[in-house]
Amino acid sequence: MNHLIPEFDYQKVIIDPWTTEFEFSIWIIVMGALVGSACGIIGNYLLLRRMALIGDAISHSILPGLVVAFIIFKSMSTLVMFLGALVAGVVTVVLISFIEKRSRVKSDAATCVVFTVLFALGVVITQLLAAGGSIHIDAECILYGEIAFVALEPIVEFAGIALAPAPVLRIAGVTVVSLLLVMAFYKELLITSFDTGLSKSMGLRTSAWHYGLMIALSLVVVSAFEAVGAIMVVAMLIVPPMFAAQLSTQLPTRIMLTLFHAIVASIGGYHLSVWLNCSVAGAMVVFGSLMFIAVWIYSILISKIRKVA
Amino acid sequence: MNRSRHSLAIIQLLVITLILAGTAHAARISEITETSIGEQALRFFTFQDRSLRYALLGSLLLGISCGLMGVFLVVKRLSLMSDALSHAVLPGIAFGYLWNMTRDPIAIFIGATVCGLLGSGVVQTIRNTTKQKEDAALGFVLSAFFAVGVCLLTMIQNLPGGNKSGLDQFMFGQIAAIGKTDLYLLGGVTFLVVALVVIFYKELRATSFDSAFSRSVGIPSSFFHYLLMLLLAFAIVSALQAVGVVLVSAMLVIPAAAAFLLTDRFATMLVISAVFGMTTGSIGSFLSFVGRDLPTGPLMVLTAGTFFATALFFGPKHGIVARWWGRRSRALIVRRENALKSLYRVMENDDFQRDFIIVEEIATQRSETIEEVSKSARTLQKAKLIKISHDKKNLTFTATGWRRACEIVRNHRLWELYLTRAADFAVDHVHDGAEEIEHVLGEDIIRKIESELNHAKLDPHGKAIPGWEDISAPYTTPSSPTAS
Repeated sequence: MNHLIPEFDYQKVIIDPWTTEFEFSIWIIVMGALVGSACGIIGNYLLLRRMALIGDAISHSILPGLVVAFIIFKSMSTLVMFLGALVAGVVTVVLISFIEKRSRVKSDAATCVVFTVLFALGVVITQLLAAGGSIHIDAECILYGEIAFVALEPIVEFAGIALAPAPVLRIAGVTVVSLLLVMAFYKELLITSFDTGLSKSMGLRTSAWHYGLMIALSLVVVSAFEAVGAIMVVAMLIVPPMFAAQLSTQLPTRIMLTLFHAIVASIGGYHLSVWLNCSVAGAMVVFGSLMFIAVWIYSILISKIRKVA
Repeated sequence: MNRSRHSLAIIQLLVITLILAGTAHAARISEITETSIGEQALRFFTFQDRSLRYALLGSLLLGISCGLMGVFLVVKRLSLMSDALSHAVLPGIAFGYLWNMTRDPIAIFIGATVCGLLGSGVVQTIRNTTKQKEDAALGFVLSAFFAVGVCLLTMIQNLPGGNKSGLDQFMFGQIAAIGKTDLYLLGGVTFLVVALVVIFYKELRATSFDSAFSRSVGIPSSFFHYLLMLLLAFAIVSALQAVGVVLVSAMLVIPAAAAFLLTDRFATMLVISAVFGMTTGSIGSFLSFVGRDLPTGPLMVLTAGTFFATALFFGPKHGIVARWWGRRSRALIVRRENALKSLYRVMENDDFQRDFIIVEEIATQRSETIEEVSKSARTLQKAKLIKISHDKKNLTFTATGWRRACEIVRNHRLWELYLTRAADFAVDHVHDGAEEIEHVLGEDIIRKIESELNHAKLDPHGKAIPGWEDISAPYTTPSSPTAS
């Protein structure tokens, strides 16, 4: 056990990442913060719609989407990956609602059936391709992702100015776009999330907004996938909004708190991973979850005190 | 009676699987040397390898325990709970490993069960103490626990010493690596699940469908809920070696969901689900054995998915095809009965003076072309409800056709009358509802309505309601229904 948790070396854990290791660590931290922000923004709406586990489903069924897109287009470019993810996301949602509407199976079981079968399909195809030697995705990467690879990617230059590694640029683009979309369609998203009756009376097509959100979700998930893997994406989608929901009931405040949570969890998680020498993405999620637990306990204490007073 | 029959069936299945494994002794599948797929398949079916017997027995046991537990998840709508718990056990696996730095099945079993129970406790606590909804609580437990597990596993990989091999198999499962202790655990869990389901069958069934009712008859439903959670944790943890963390929930939910599509009876559902579980388990391990690099879990899930899709489409009663067929034949019947009704109306229009109907008159009445009318007339003739004359210009009712036509018209008019009298509907508002209900009203309800209306003879529009005499009278030449 004493080997398991390394000694806390202040210099190595706290100082080095910001000094000697800065070039390496900054991209990982930026990536983590951006993944958390992009996922968290969408996650706020998932939570409002009680669809947190649809995020879980889509993050799993993205895998066969990526593999099939790779087989069809023989390429792993950003566009192909986005296309595969988008199709996979829509197929998942359509299949779930098909089973739910056309049979007596309820939505929870339908969700579970659809995403596990799709994920299993993805794993089997991946393994077969790997055996054939045409693709190398190992199982651990699917599950954990490896955010540290970001720092090893070559930095993309634009007009002679060094910008950032490609995955960081990609997720930055997705984050900015989703922020802009959320601001532009703030009213529509809010109303369709809360009140289908009202939104129908206002002429908003709830199912169109639903699918729009699902497409955005698929794109966010695919750009976060390589960094944090299929399962911890779920944490990135759910934990920051839960943290925010614990502190505020106002949606704009919640979104700001989500961004705050993403940044702090990324920094804290990185330090944690340096200390414990463990998976960076895992440590970021653990740190973020601890932040939620802290505000959770805080709110319990507050309500206890109010009762006494 | 029913209960003992089903429990007997389950026990028989258990015995068969135990006999099948008969003389199993420890050997690991990794000793198998390179062979072709054909040889591998042959080895599978001749049960040459002890390790293979282990794998098969393991998958059968797993099929039973997961299949039975899944039924409760599906009817209680807890499917996603199993997904959350199966991910939440990951840190428990890591702690179990750390206990004495080997892949000791018992330590891992205990660690994972404790973690699973902790996870379901956290879900409850979040729901009780915050405003977060259930899905968020499940998602939090799923991902936060999993992340702790991932951190621990990566830390273990950096440790010096210890036999770390095989920990990654817990992700997707490798049934070939199943050992004697794993089997004992699986057997024990399966026995426990079967025994408790048989003993508490009534109580579990009541709490699964209606917890308020079961409380009212004195069943402690929260006790049974926690019992179910405990069994669920056991089933998940014992299946981990074979299916892996990621896909255990599929082995729980998919066979049960498929069974749910095939039967309306709870006991039958339990048996079907267990049989599906065993079948998918053994097919999955066969495929995994033949294609040696493939992990077992995904293959089992794909097999189960095929079962589910088959049940979804071709289930005899609730399948999509059966439902579509049922709707189609209902629509056909409605169309046929409407045609009969318009024949009746035509005859009624000239006070039943003739015993035949002229095709042209129907065409005018229904504003259809002659061809359309002849076409529907031919389907009616095929159903032996009418006869078409040789020159194809006149139609006559057969005895059955006349009876059905009278019944439909009577249903329609009685219903209209009933609505206007008993429910104070306006006379011009009752036609549309009657158009639909006339096809489904049964004889009993009609008798009731008739006596309720004192056997009235005229409908609200003043037309005669065909009476019992008209319908039951053998069809000769129709005479005017007695309008008084």
